[in-house]
Amino acid sequence: MKVLVPIKRVIDYNVKVRVKADNSGVDLANVKMAMNPFCEIAVEEAVRLKEKGVVTEIVAVSIGPKTAQEQLRTAMALGADRSILVETDEDVQPLGIAKALKAIVDEEKPELVILGKQAIDGDNNQTGQMLAALTGMPQGTFASEVNVADGKVKVTREIDGGLQTVELTLPAVVTTDLRLNEPRYASLPNIMKAKKKPLDTKTAADLGVDLTPRVTTVSVEAPAERQAGIIVGSVDELVEKLKNEAKVI
Amino acid sequence: MSVLVYAEHDNAALNKVTLSVVAAAKAIGGDITVLVAGKGCGAVAEEAAKIDGVSKVLCADNDAYEHQLAENVGDLVAEVAADYTHVLAAATTTGKNFAPRTAALLDVAQISEISDVVDADTFKRPIYAGNAIATVKSSDAKKVITVRGTSFDGVAAEGGSAAVESLDAAKNAGTSAFVGEELAKSDRPELTSAEIVISGGRGMGNGENFEILYKLADKLGAGVGASRAAVDAGFVPNDMQVGQTGKIVAPNLYVAVGISGAIQHLAGMKDSKVIVAINKDEEAPIFQVADYGLVADLFEAVPELDGKL
Repeated sequence: MKVLVPIKRVIDYNVKVRVKADNSGVDLANVKMAMNPFCEIAVEEAVRLKEKGVVTEIVAVSIGPKTAQEQLRTAMALGADRSILVETDEDVQPLGIAKALKAIVDEEKPELVILGKQAIDGDNNQTGQMLAALTGMPQGTFASEVNVADGKVKVTREIDGGLQTVELTLPAVVTTDLRLNEPRYASLPNIMKAKKKPLDTKTAADLGVDLTPRVTTVSVEAPAERQAGIIVGSVDELVEKLKNEAKVI
Repeated sequence: MSVLVYAEHDNAALNKVTLSVVAAAKAIGGDITVLVAGKGCGAVAEEAAKIDGVSKVLCADNDAYEHQLAENVGDLVAEVAADYTHVLAAATTTGKNFAPRTAALLDVAQISEISDVVDADTFKRPIYAGNAIATVKSSDAKKVITVRGTSFDGVAAEGGSAAVESLDAAKNAGTSAFVGEELAKSDRPELTSAEIVISGGRGMGNGENFEILYKLADKLGAGVGASRAAVDAGFVPNDMQVGQTGKIVAPNLYVAVGISGAIQHLAGMKDSKVIVAINKDEEAPIFQVADYGLVADLFEAVPELDGKL
């Protein structure tokens, strides 16, 4: 079966972001970018399913600027067979992305779509669910285990109180949680091979979708700074401070 | 304006986070209706009717909603939403699961984890793991929103006397089924609502060593959390994880033990009132956000602290 893996180019997770002085957003100039960590887990899961013989083809897709090609090449170096870039300079938001993905699902007809549970820039945690709603597919969000068998997929989900297992009829949408797997690294030969794999570029107009944002960002501010704390010398001093100064115990 | 609040519950009792969502609904203004969807959830509906400020409770009691499967609940909420300008759910795994589905069915954007209400169309929410706060304005006619529980003081659980109306709507998409669940058992306060939280990280060394944190937590009536490193190493179950990808907590006192303080962990606890860090590495980033830092070996400091309380 065919798997579609949507991925996103985001700021590297180790970078400490800076808010622009004019409060219009976060400064992304000259900042290291990478594939969203949850998307790496999604690619890895697709590759593992292929290695198990469950999956025959993996198609990676990204919606964003031309530079997102780098992340699609990374996905192909990790094992995706080909990729599609829906190129746009618009500030894409989950609903628009989900609509573009639906158009691609309609074309490609994958039996499984695996996405990350959230992107670490917008922290929205919406796209997978929205895609599932638009395509009428069931969803297995926050997956920590995925088993495909007999036209169904069994997904163990990380929920607030522990774990929940659901069974979904294929085609289905799965979003990955951190503990689903440990993504592999791309080897140099695979990075070279990935350069030859096909990468199609489309536009939102090709897909007939409107990516106009519904939510506008009025301003972006740095969070309130915490007052500098103190280093105490002993447990006694700590207990004394907590009791008498902070009055929290 | 009219606000629909989705009640978080386990079919037996209402989750306290719902009170925080009602508080956010009050900040938006207008009539507040609470929707309780579940199986055998009559008691929850009664409880919801007593919440201060709630004018109506809708109760959808059906097998299809027993486990809050997103396919069924998402459809139900999208249908009920017709009469409301705002739909609010808690930013729990349940809310995050179905709310975007509902929004897409209504063809509107969803606004995730709001931390403040500016006006009926404008909200604040953290982005980039809480390293920036965005003020966003929605142009959609209907707003579907998830609410960060720790950012709103819950309204009183008593004082209201709303009428309970039952809904016959039974939506079963039939594409998903509940197989089972494994819930972690704990007598300690629930992490996201605990007044005091004590968390351990990689520095704890192993799962058994968490005993010293449990002992201290029981003395203080605290919840016990963990960093991702501790969860990934298998010391404790994942539902104890505090951080960008785990739970967001904002207790009065947060004690970080053997936690370095990565950006992703800070995202889950830096709104705590008082932060204490116990770490033997004085360079650990956690000391930059800690109100009180103790540079010491946790295996000596924690038992000593326990003894002195």
